[in-house]
Amino acid sequence: MYPTKYHKPDSLEAASAAMAAAEDGKILAGGHTLLPTMKQHLAAPSDVVDIRGIAALHGISERGGALTIGATTTHAEVANSAVVAAACPALCCLAAGIGDPAVRHVGTIGGSLANNDPAADYPAAVLALNAMVITNRRDIPAEDFFDGMFTTTLEDGEIIKAIRFPASECGSYSKFPNPASRYAMVGVYVARVDGRVRVAVTGAGEDGVFRHDGMEAALSAEFAPDALDSVEISDDGLLSDLHGTAEYRAHLIRVIAKRSVATC
Amino acid sequence: MSDGIGARVKRKEDKRFITGKGKYTDDLRQENQAYAAFVRSPHAHAKLLGINASEALAMDGVIAVLEGGELNADGIGNIITGWAITSKDGEPMKCGAWSALAVEKVRYVGDAVAIVVAETQALARIAAEAVEVDYEELPASVSTAGTLEPGAPQVHDNVPGNLIYDWEIGDEASTDANIAAAAHVTEIDLVNNRLSPNAMEPRSAIAIHDEAEDHYTLYTTSQNPHVARLLLSAFYNVAPEHKLRVIAPDVGGGFGSKIYVYPEELSCLWASMKTGRSIKWTSDRSEAFLTDAHGRDNVTNIKMGFDENNRITALKIHNTANLGAYVSLFATVTPTYLHGTNYSGVYDIPAIYGNVKAVHTNTTPVDAYRGAGRPEATYMLERVVETAARELGVDPGELRRINYIKDFPYQTQVILNYDTGDYVATLDMARASADVAGFPARKAEAAARGKLRGLGYASFVEASGIAPSAAVGSLGAGVGLWESAEVRVNPVGTIEILTGSHSHGQSHETTFAQLASDRFGIPIDNVQIVHGDTDKVQFGMGTYGSRSGPVGMSAVMRALDKVEAKVRKIAAHTLEASEDDLVIENGEVKVAGTDKKMAWHEVGLAAYTGHNLPPDMEPGLKEGAFFDPVNFAFPAGTFICEVEVDPETGVTDIVQFVAADDFGTIINPMVVEGQVHGGVTQGIGQAMLEGVVYDEDGQLLTGSYMDYAMPRAADVPSFVVEHGCTPTPNNPLGIKGCGEAGAIGSPPALINAITDAIGSNDLQMPATPLAVWQALQAAKSAVAAE
Ligand SMILES: Cc1cc2nc3c(=O)[nH]c(=O)nc-3n(C[C@H](O)[C@H](O)[C@H](O)COP(=O)(O)OP(=O)(O)OC[C@H]3O[C@@H](n4cnc5c(N)ncnc54)[C@H](O)[C@@H]3O)c2cc1C
Repeated sequence: MYPTKYHKPDSLEAASAAMAAAEDGKILAGGHTLLPTMKQHLAAPSDVVDIRGIAALHGISERGGALTIGATTTHAEVANSAVVAAACPALCCLAAGIGDPAVRHVGTIGGSLANNDPAADYPAAVLALNAMVITNRRDIPAEDFFDGMFTTTLEDGEIIKAIRFPASECGSYSKFPNPASRYAMVGVYVARVDGRVRVAVTGAGEDGVFRHDGMEAALSAEFAPDALDSVEISDDGLLSDLHGTAEYRAHLIRVIAKRSVATC
Repeated sequence: MSDGIGARVKRKEDKRFITGKGKYTDDLRQENQAYAAFVRSPHAHAKLLGINASEALAMDGVIAVLEGGELNADGIGNIITGWAITSKDGEPMKCGAWSALAVEKVRYVGDAVAIVVAETQALARIAAEAVEVDYEELPASVSTAGTLEPGAPQVHDNVPGNLIYDWEIGDEASTDANIAAAAHVTEIDLVNNRLSPNAMEPRSAIAIHDEAEDHYTLYTTSQNPHVARLLLSAFYNVAPEHKLRVIAPDVGGGFGSKIYVYPEELSCLWASMKTGRSIKWTSDRSEAFLTDAHGRDNVTNIKMGFDENNRITALKIHNTANLGAYVSLFATVTPTYLHGTNYSGVYDIPAIYGNVKAVHTNTTPVDAYRGAGRPEATYMLERVVETAARELGVDPGELRRINYIKDFPYQTQVILNYDTGDYVATLDMARASADVAGFPARKAEAAARGKLRGLGYASFVEASGIAPSAAVGSLGAGVGLWESAEVRVNPVGTIEILTGSHSHGQSHETTFAQLASDRFGIPIDNVQIVHGDTDKVQFGMGTYGSRSGPVGMSAVMRALDKVEAKVRKIAAHTLEASEDDLVIENGEVKVAGTDKKMAWHEVGLAAYTGHNLPPDMEPGLKEGAFFDPVNFAFPAGTFICEVEVDPETGVTDIVQFVAADDFGTIINPMVVEGQVHGGVTQGIGQAMLEGVVYDEDGQLLTGSYMDYAMPRAADVPSFVVEHGCTPTPNNPLGIKGCGEAGAIGSPPALINAITDAIGSNDLQMPATPLAVWQALQAAKSAVAAE
């Protein structure tokens, strides 16, 4: 790791100030992505601003079925939250299926979303549930947040404060794990929000998480696993690697989507 | 005595390991310690035009940047291979020179080019990145089969066509004749996938040079510290043996990968002299993927002939073994004398011929990995036998049974002479435990749930406890393969056993102590095992090839014999009895039929006070022994695996795994079961998950756990482990090694189960969900085409 300056502010303002003053600052949350890249010399921020000491960024609350999850809330906290279990149980299952216990107790929802790994799980939930990403500068609807593999519309120095998930009528997430990394090779979140079916696919797209119009239309007509049998799922734009060809991923999208619908 | 041979004693070492109190090389600190990092080639094949270290050397805290030219100028020897193989035309093998730090050329991604020494580890790594290396890229030869093709890039100028040797075993004429006359011939092409060893503890070294004494100490992650010392002194010329102490403290797994002295450990030792600093280097996981010797990587064609009674009449094998960019220490013997000699397997085969071509490629060196050669041989044999059973319409268990060797000793057509065995017994045991009879009903039930259920067998025999020295010497080995031990009884009766075997997960601190406990009836807590330090243990060949039991423990037994003989003399003298009337049990030496006895500690005291010893007896109670067995030992068994495949995704679930082994005498069943669990899991890893993959330019695609899939607890079922027992006459304990059997027998059992489930034999390892799904799709379109 290259030398870096470590900051641990206790307020969002102090964090913003530290980021503004830094030549090339990086927010540090769980560090499960940032620190390995620094150790491998793939990232060399001049300053690291650890936001885990900022109380306002942490925790889970519920209001009228809508959930607000602070950016530094860990996956384990989401997985084990009675509040989340009551409002959106699929989110608990999703969080419980991320990595292993060590990862879940350190990795954060804000870090996962800011990183936008094309194989990460949370992006599927955020997009399917039409969640709002709340930052220190604005509220960004999910549709406008993800901007391609490892890219978001966050600006320099912009900090995610929380994610707000609207009340949903139903939601289910199924994941086909990559045999090596156990990230999603295909993960499909199916939800009904405001009476509309939304299907988000992670793990498979070259540009990261995406919604699938064909599946949404089919499920809007008939909300049943078999409704997906006739949907065309193209392998254009799908990832192809050692673990899964684009063709295999396209096939898995249907299989996994059907499983999600079946448990919704 | 409850701690003796056969007792399920809990491990003495576990308190240390489980509470995090183990002392591994990287845990140790030296005075004056600096850190090393290596500059490595990013190219699979390139000319090394120049190295500019000025930027690195200008950094505050960087001590030195040392290159291959300097290493060679100091007379440091090239890295050697320990076993010379002769090609079938009588020519000695050819292999490229391996300088610990590359000169002139680099030949694989990760090849070490320079060592950087700095005040901290982070700085050493930063400085290594700042070293500018000027390369001229060359085309790389990467594929195992392709490297022999005309026009493939040459890895070493002195190895034409990249062919290291072209070796044969057996009799080609009689094999061809039997195949021509066979009623049925089964032929398949197999790839034995390349594996990364992935010991939990990465390699590490601390090199210390005491300038005043001109003495060196090397702490390192070694399975065989004495062999490391021998190599470093006699071949690499770093220091003479008496001026070099090698210590392998707690070592967290090896699986073969820590047998060898690698460029890094060697360079650290040399650099400690050059810089006057103690130097620590610890591999990170990325370096481990790049540089720890890989395993397997064979491409094989296999033909098996049968007569009209389904008896095997012939076996013919063509195998290409990829040894990588340089020939590592035991790389040459793995595909030959550890592979070709196992071609007969558990079967009575009258004619066998094998041809093995070993090749260079621009990839990480390949060497022995858990099982070394025997998993590869067993995999192809057991797949061809299973395939034949399907083609012949015979029950796979029956086909095996009728072809098993049943009379022992048995001389194979491929050198080995098997000691003892009862292959039918372990087959029957496995079949009963696996409830083979109930399989059709389970298959039907699974089908009703939309799942494909399959059952697969593998029977295996392997040569464990590599030996004897004279025999391996005649086949080209550069070392003897005995083991040494010393038993010291202290004046208070506690015992130290010094052994040349090395424990890096094998539980020696418990099982070796059980031998003394069994002999004298004292608790294992009164026995301390000393190993892993060339200053303490006089010599040893180390641990690999399932040899700690058959060879290492046997040396301990011989030393115990000598101690016991002296104990009897002392006690007979003290108790005024005949030696023949003495019984040693429960920590006492008693005169049978009387109440005369000596407590164990009284014997020790008598030996060391010397007040009243038999005339002419030297004081003290310490004996040593070297044990060189007359032959290998031959553990064998049958594994039966049952799987359920989800045809929608290609995911395989192992629903049952039965391992019925015959390891001869068992010292500690719990430890043996642990070895079987670990070995089977490793084999499942090879069969379903693991595989090193390079792209066509020789870049490693599986350089981290993001892409290299290791087995996890959830990937394996709860194993059923059973034991037959036919003790070997080849060592005093009747013990056959158990360390590798699991990894040898499990890959074919699993693949046979999967191919049974999916109804297609067109499947190579690793059988990932993708591979299984593709095999299912291919089978479907084949059916559709018909
Ligand atoms: C072994 C392993 C297995 C894993 N398995 C999975 C898996 O199965 N599924 C899955 O989805 N994920 C998985 N992960 C990812 C992990 O769960 C984390 O979600 C991920 O590493 C990022 O979260 P973090 O809190 O560690 O972020 P960090 O590493 O601290 O930060 C990641 C990036 O986000 C930025 N950032 C962090 N927080 C904020 C914020 N509040 N505002 C703005 N920018 C921010 C940082 O600057 C950095 O660029 C795995 C990780 C590991 C190490």
